[in-house]
Amino acid sequence: MSIVIYIAVMAGVTYLIRMIPLTLVRRQIKSRFINSFLYYIPYTVLSAMTFPAIFNSTGDIITSSVGTVTALILAYVGMPLIVVALAAAGSAYLAGFIITLF
Amino acid sequence: MKLSHFVKGLKHGIPIFLGYLSVSFGFGILAVKSGLSVTEAAAVSLFNLTSAGQAAGVGIIAAGGSLAEMVLSQLIINLRYSLMSLSLSQKLDKSFNLPRRLLVSYGITDEIFIMAAVQPGRITPWYMYGIILVSTVGWVLGTVLGAAAGTVLPAAVSDALGIMLYGMFIAIIIPPAKKEKSVLAGVLLAAGASAVLYCFAPFISSGFAVIICAVAAAAVCAAFFPKETADTVKDGEGT
Repeated sequence: MSIVIYIAVMAGVTYLIRMIPLTLVRRQIKSRFINSFLYYIPYTVLSAMTFPAIFNSTGDIITSSVGTVTALILAYVGMPLIVVALAAAGSAYLAGFIITLF
Repeated sequence: MKLSHFVKGLKHGIPIFLGYLSVSFGFGILAVKSGLSVTEAAAVSLFNLTSAGQAAGVGIIAAGGSLAEMVLSQLIINLRYSLMSLSLSQKLDKSFNLPRRLLVSYGITDEIFIMAAVQPGRITPWYMYGIILVSTVGWVLGTVLGAAAGTVLPAAVSDALGIMLYGMFIAIIIPPAKKEKSVLAGVLLAAGASAVLYCFAPFISSGFAVIICAVAAAAVCAAFFPKETADTVKDGEGT
């Protein structure tokens, strides 16, 4: 299938998600369950996307694991997004470099 | 046009620009690795302006997934924007007519939403145009640089950079998980379910696996740890 069709579908769906509430819906959602569900969704989506995929992200499970642990520690101590992302890549690179020495 | 509002939006967009530049660099590399050209990667970033949705989207493209899978994955992953749009719809000033709402809808991202949401009072169209413009330039520029560099950089470097986007996701989920046990429960449930599906049900494509795990974990959390109704946007003095 053409990549253009994929991109068009992707962009169309994403735009509608943003556009419909901003233009049509003017009242608050009342359902406590739906509100709670929407509150948790960003975190569960990111978590399900990250694990276990992150362990394949560098093409090597050892360097990926080093990067993952680095990211978890830095995120836990409250480092900014950019620092965590760069440090994950940096530590994965270093781990790969050290492995080649042996 | 209110120049001062536009300039204020541009200024507020600068930290987002810098953040997007580095993160979308990682997306650019990921996209090229998934078989997209530099132009296609740039088009994905320009027309979507979202990290997690794009990462899942190129995964589906790379795997030759169905359009239904694409629609459903974008719907679930980007559903949070609906809530942000809903929240923002009540903070817009009176000059927001339909065309302006249609225009601003393009740029509702986590970071832009948060920046606009914390402004005191109502927000104006030109403020939103400013912040969206700067942020979008950062997002697309970073993608192009990453996609171009991905083909030139040594394999060891581009391999290591493949983890960047996931590193950012971790940085987003860990601090709230540390603060709230219910979020931690959701994160662990989703990650656990995702790992189980990956190991024992590899026939389920990664796009659907994310949807199943995320919806199930969020539903369990919503049932066991319901939140109070979302705060309404404060009605301030106006910007």
